[in-house]
Amino acid sequence: MRKIAIYGKGGIGKSTTTQNTVAALAEMGRNVMVVGCDPKADSTRLLLNGLAQKTVLDTLRIEGEDLDLDDVVKTGFKGTRCVESGGPEPGVGCAGRGIITSINLLEQLGAFDPKYKLDYTFYDVLGDVVCGGFAMPIRDGKAEEIYIVCSGEMMAMYAANNICKGIRKFAEAGTVRLGGLICNSRKTDREDELIIALAEKLGTQMIHFVPRDNVVQRAEINKKTVIDFDPAVGQAEEYRKLSRAVESNKLFVVPNPLEISELETLLMKFGIAD
Amino acid sequence: MLLRHTPTGLSERKALTINPAKTCQPIGAMYAALGLRNCMPHSHGSQGCCAYHRSSLTRHYNDPIMSTTSSFSEGSSVFGGQANILESFTNIFSLYNPDIIAVNTTCLSEVIGDDLVQIIKKAAEDKKIPEGKTVIHANTPSFKGSHVTGYANMAAAMVKYFAKNTGKCNGKITLIPSFIEPSDMSEMKHIASEMGIKYIMYPDTSGVVNGPMDGHFRMYPKGGCPKESVVASGDSKAAIAIGRFGAMSATRLLDTQCKVPVHAVDLPIGITATDIFVDMLRKIAGVSVPESIRLERGQLVDVLCDMCQYTYGKKVSLLGDPDILLPMVQFCKDAGMEVLHVLTGTPPGKVKLEERIRELYGDKVIVKAGLLCDMFMFQQLVQENKPDLIMGNTYCKYMCRDLDIPLLRIGFPIYDRIGQSYVPMVGYRGGMHLLLKILNIFMDRQDRDAEEENVELIM
Repeated sequence: MRKIAIYGKGGIGKSTTTQNTVAALAEMGRNVMVVGCDPKADSTRLLLNGLAQKTVLDTLRIEGEDLDLDDVVKTGFKGTRCVESGGPEPGVGCAGRGIITSINLLEQLGAFDPKYKLDYTFYDVLGDVVCGGFAMPIRDGKAEEIYIVCSGEMMAMYAANNICKGIRKFAEAGTVRLGGLICNSRKTDREDELIIALAEKLGTQMIHFVPRDNVVQRAEINKKTVIDFDPAVGQAEEYRKLSRAVESNKLFVVPNPLEISELETLLMKFGIAD
Repeated sequence: MLLRHTPTGLSERKALTINPAKTCQPIGAMYAALGLRNCMPHSHGSQGCCAYHRSSLTRHYNDPIMSTTSSFSEGSSVFGGQANILESFTNIFSLYNPDIIAVNTTCLSEVIGDDLVQIIKKAAEDKKIPEGKTVIHANTPSFKGSHVTGYANMAAAMVKYFAKNTGKCNGKITLIPSFIEPSDMSEMKHIASEMGIKYIMYPDTSGVVNGPMDGHFRMYPKGGCPKESVVASGDSKAAIAIGRFGAMSATRLLDTQCKVPVHAVDLPIGITATDIFVDMLRKIAGVSVPESIRLERGQLVDVLCDMCQYTYGKKVSLLGDPDILLPMVQFCKDAGMEVLHVLTGTPPGKVKLEERIRELYGDKVIVKAGLLCDMFMFQQLVQENKPDLIMGNTYCKYMCRDLDIPLLRIGFPIYDRIGQSYVPMVGYRGGMHLLLKILNIFMDRQDRDAEEENVELIM
């Protein structure tokens, strides 16, 4: 089983990209599980054609620790196994602790048991690695491959660089490696060149450039992945390409995060159209 | 024996604390809360915190210490502790019926960022706090400061929640003592009463944690400062922080919140510090020192003069909390003793601990204060330059046994001797108790260690 975590700046399109990639892998006949690690619990919405009713933490809160795995695992698009960690309301409690609790509980319940014959587990993690809890999916060999979703915008690149700092910390002690950057296009100037250059500096690759297409939005409104919504459309093919690139990826590295000045220089070089 | 493996001479350390010379903030906060009448201390966190803090206080005072907990579960750590504490309020008011619940936070509730101001407001809105009852709170994360910080924070919370200035001065003097024994609080009240001063004292644990055995169980013993008095402290003529570290947060707030003129003194331990305390009371209240207090002072001076040959030149090392250490070092000076080491695990902050000790003893004395200063470091220092006497808490007993140094138990915690909560060490009478203990230790040693031909009958 390959264990993959997707990180990236908030709002960059992690959940959308993850679910479309997962849908493409499922379409190829792969057995995939998605663990949403966002308190908003919207990481599996497109695969399940709507929000999962019960998150792990809600179930834990209501029913206590002897909950049943079937209570929290829902089957989505083409047999994908979908779990949402859930978490506290905005502004209270500790979302980071929630992720730790939830992943521990899933392991305890045997969610990753070989009997499920999983080819992939995807952790879709909220935003930045802001505290220990958000690093849980990359601790102790849980996820071993990280893909960072970013775009040519400064803050997205800044976040990607920050996430690399987190990965480096855990990579030195464990098995987690960076698999590449996924560029989710925002149509900024020379975006692909910029992200390729950033990837190079980090010691990794841009694994795929996902162009911007409004069909993604239309599919989302219909609570579907693009692959599910309109399998023939060009954007669906882009996600298939991304999933094939992930499947055949062999480049796993310990990233070298950049100094801020380096990052700014990079942006000056590519980011301004002349 | 027990800690004999400790290497002599300071080991260089960048991190690590070995046997800390301090304890958790909530212990101090809980103790302060017991100094309010009919008050239930409540620990907002996991059960273990509350259990440990209660048992620490119970062991020290040999009286059952009451306190309640929010009993965090895994779920509360993730979703926040609001649901638990709201239920706690309902249960506590209906089962134990206190006038006040004094909430202290814990590391866990602090790290997850529970907002007690909002929670208490919500409890009031939801009518979970009955008419005439109050819930107060202090933020007491143990990863900052020490038990003395926790005490200071809860004392300040009392001012914040209760003290009101009505514009009409009541002529009283508010006394806010630092973390000290109930017997010491009684003794300070005794001095003020003898001087004919009207005072308000809080926290005041006298009668609460050293109450009498009369065959009746009382959830809230008869002592403690009533809520009305804390409210009235906002109209007092002046306030005195007795022990800067533990009491100045509260007096500072009395100043800013109620415009009460505030002063600060050391805890009145020994002759000099008590003189300063009495003199300050005299000046602020505009009274003269009565004969009864002069008598107490005179007796202490008499004993010290008669027996100074037994204390003079004796070497002492001290471990404890800043507010007790400062006047204690002064008392050692008064008694002609030489202080070798002073160590506290409580970061002294703005209290000029080292500076003030150096004023008394110059460059020779070693002063260590802060997070890395622990029992291990104290033992290393003591092994290098052995004193005749160690003053400190119960945890010093191991090194004292190893090194055959007598131990005078002062401060917190004292788990293995009784009496400190009944017999004071502040004021002139407290000074007498302290001096007698010190003399007995040195005289017993002399009797034990003297060559046969030198054993004295008359000492």
